[in-house]
Amino acid sequence: MSERLKLALGVLIALAAAFVPLIADGYWLSIAVTIMMYTALSTSWALFSGPTHYIALSTGAFYGIGGYLVATGMSDFEASFWTMAAIAPLVAIILAGAIGAATLRLSGVYFVIFTLGLAEMIRNLVSWVQNNFLGARGLYVLTDFDERHIYWMLLAVTVAVFLFGWLLGRSRTGFALRILGNDEEVARHVGIDTARTKILLFMSTGFFAALVGAIVAPRYYYIEPNVVFSPELSFLVVIMALLGGTRHLWGPLLGVVPFTMLWEAVSAAAPNATTMVLGAAFLMIVYLIPDGITGLAAKLIRTRSPS
Amino acid sequence: MTPGRTILEVQGLTKRFGGLIAVNDLSFDVREHEVMGIIGPNGSGKSTTINLISGALPATSGSIVLEGQDLTAARPHETARFGVSRTFQLVRILPALTVLENAVAGAVFGHKRRWGAEAAGFASGLLERVGLAEKAAQPVSSLTYIDQKRLELARALAGEPEILLLDEWLAGLNPSELQIGIDLIAALRAEGRTIVLVEHVMDAIRSLCDRCIVMNSGTKIAEGTPTEVLSDPHVIEAYLGTE
Repeated sequence: MSERLKLALGVLIALAAAFVPLIADGYWLSIAVTIMMYTALSTSWALFSGPTHYIALSTGAFYGIGGYLVATGMSDFEASFWTMAAIAPLVAIILAGAIGAATLRLSGVYFVIFTLGLAEMIRNLVSWVQNNFLGARGLYVLTDFDERHIYWMLLAVTVAVFLFGWLLGRSRTGFALRILGNDEEVARHVGIDTARTKILLFMSTGFFAALVGAIVAPRYYYIEPNVVFSPELSFLVVIMALLGGTRHLWGPLLGVVPFTMLWEAVSAAAPNATTMVLGAAFLMIVYLIPDGITGLAAKLIRTRSPS
Repeated sequence: MTPGRTILEVQGLTKRFGGLIAVNDLSFDVREHEVMGIIGPNGSGKSTTINLISGALPATSGSIVLEGQDLTAARPHETARFGVSRTFQLVRILPALTVLENAVAGAVFGHKRRWGAEAAGFASGLLERVGLAEKAAQPVSSLTYIDQKRLELARALAGEPEILLLDEWLAGLNPSELQIGIDLIAALRAEGRTIVLVEHVMDAIRSLCDRCIVMNSGTKIAEGTPTEVLSDPHVIEAYLGTE
């Protein structure tokens, strides 16, 4: 498929997706919002973690920063939603840059542990600041938005993530990422500043996760740190991206849609079993389809064709 | 081509790993269009020297200057941009990229930078140069060992380096491949490229190098033409021991 055709197809799908709130409401619209949210998060996650193989479990931390800043800004400082939704991703990008500079020189395993601990640390820090200095335990995010508005805003972010990914794939930085994912030693010796490349991409995931967190905040109405700084969200993003496959820009989308449905069904039918399903799904993906649905499809096509 | 002005100056280069001195107060110059050999027994510090020049390891003391530019503290991507290219002792190919993309990787970020069709065209020319033109679209998993070595060489040449470091590039080749490999480096030499090579294959040293330095236990024990150094009693002693 030529690049132009892909682009046209992408525009068509995005336009079609924009009409979803006009035909779906209630339960299905709510599912569509969740799908759109995880599509933005997982696709953005895969742009960094796919080629570099650094499994970042920090999505929840940046998402939480987005949600929490909107909540505290609106409740404690009487800022508008738009001001806070603009500030939050910038705070996240600076934080991601600092974290990246400190950790991305480490090997992969340490990075995973660090990012997992990061979300917990920020959650506790925010709770502590909240309890000791800001007084209130919970914060209200009161806006005029309904699910449709949130959906359209998330669609805009998702389109931005895809556009960013598409441009990245055609850029020198995208090529540098592929090389360093293959062999970091070679990457350095052909002239790639590998630390800088990784930090830039990590900053982009922080930016998009905080933006999504900020947009989704009105959906909660009432926000406390324990709700938005969720380790579960970090794991869900990883699982959905891996299920879909990280080698193509649209790969994570193919994981987000089925897994969101499954997750909704499990949460409704057996709310106590969600953590178990999360673990089981993770094991099954790693053992059975390590390259995701897109990787599996590519393999089937290869084995069928005689060449 | 006759060697010209000095382009690489190594002065008092020392590398310590804890108590072990891998490279000890090493000094030498490399002139333009020259092929300079670094030889010596196993563990004498040859590969460490290559790693110091390319920035893979930081030097403990001493200095490395390439065309007036101090590279002593430079990291690998910086030395690459200043014009140092290298191959690796154990061949390193980018496995998920095609043959052409592997060569393009060297052209995009190195000393002379190219992008898009220009980079692909330049890399294709180098693949032809090393004898891989017909395999450009293949995945690298289909390459034989010598083809992988050729590809690594094409990638190293793709940034148009000022100086090319070959770390035992001929190692592991069978006798017929070895002759192909020597001919290929001889052709690069005839083009006037500046090359530093670490090598164990004496035939290659004799036929390719303008000058050699000989290292033993991290220290330079001889310098001169291959014929001179290989007849030097200190060198013979280092390789064969005393009677």
